[in-house]
Amino acid sequence: MAIDFDSVNVGDKLPEWSRRTGFAEWNRYAAVNEEFVPFHMDDEAGRRAGNEQGAFGMGNLRYAYIVNALHDWIGDEGIVREVGCQYRAINQKNDVLTVVGEVTGKSRADGENRVRLDINVVNQDGGATCPGHAVVVLPSIGQTQR
Amino acid sequence: MSDDSPTYVTDEMRAAQGQWGQSRTSPPITETDIRRWAMATHYPQQPPRIYRDSEYAATTRWGGIVAPPDFNPFAWPVERPRGGGAPGLSGRRPDGRPLTGMNGGQTDTYGVPMRPGDVISARSRLVDWWEREGRLGHTLYVRTEIEWRNQNDELVRTRFSIGIRY
Repeated sequence: MAIDFDSVNVGDKLPEWSRRTGFAEWNRYAAVNEEFVPFHMDDEAGRRAGNEQGAFGMGNLRYAYIVNALHDWIGDEGIVREVGCQYRAINQKNDVLTVVGEVTGKSRADGENRVRLDINVVNQDGGATCPGHAVVVLPSIGQTQR
Repeated sequence: MSDDSPTYVTDEMRAAQGQWGQSRTSPPITETDIRRWAMATHYPQQPPRIYRDSEYAATTRWGGIVAPPDFNPFAWPVERPRGGGAPGLSGRRPDGRPLTGMNGGQTDTYGVPMRPGDVISARSRLVDWWEREGRLGHTLYVRTEIEWRNQNDELVRTRFSIGIRY
């Protein structure tokens, strides 16, 4: 189900998108991204890298969660045009990560209806782990009729 | 930074700044690569049909399966570059001990989507860097620009990435 540009307003919230993360999620991501880094797979290696709790999750997986949350919101008729984020806090084992976002602007540029959002990935304690932004392109009402 | 501060910046980095490195090319993307990627990043839930159902995907604006924007076509190459690039481009401790690397973040701008059958070429260059004392001690931040194009020379993605070395 596509959303359309005209129905989106500044201040609208991105529907929350959550996953509990641990080795089941990290190992699957390591497999497809060929990201077999010891501190993502082994608690001792995680501690040697400076994380007392042991192994920790990939920044790239949090990035994927942001992209997934955006896609779930805009549907297959929308386009993810830009995503940026910083990895500020570690993704610990069994963290419940939730992608959150809020519309901060709308514009028409280069023939596209663009919506800008502030985004973040927060953990179960409310800790903001991944502040960033995104730009998505949405169809307007006329374009969504097929 | 005073003259006696440590630096992890190398002469190799200074020489390479702004210079595009050699291009590398991905294996052809398959529907299976895309499905597995989407299943891994959506686990334990099912990924959207656009990534796994060709009949459905044909009815969308894309006319077929496309890859998630974050899909990496460079995983699992048959042959990989020897040594992972020129030594010293990721910084070096004055005492020669290896640095630990972490991903500091990125900003990606997306062009055309990746599709089954696409072959992606990548090239990258060091943009700039900075150093500071952080909770992990002396830390080097390196910004790299990475450009991906498909076999039709269409821009797929431009990434500005921050690498952390400590």
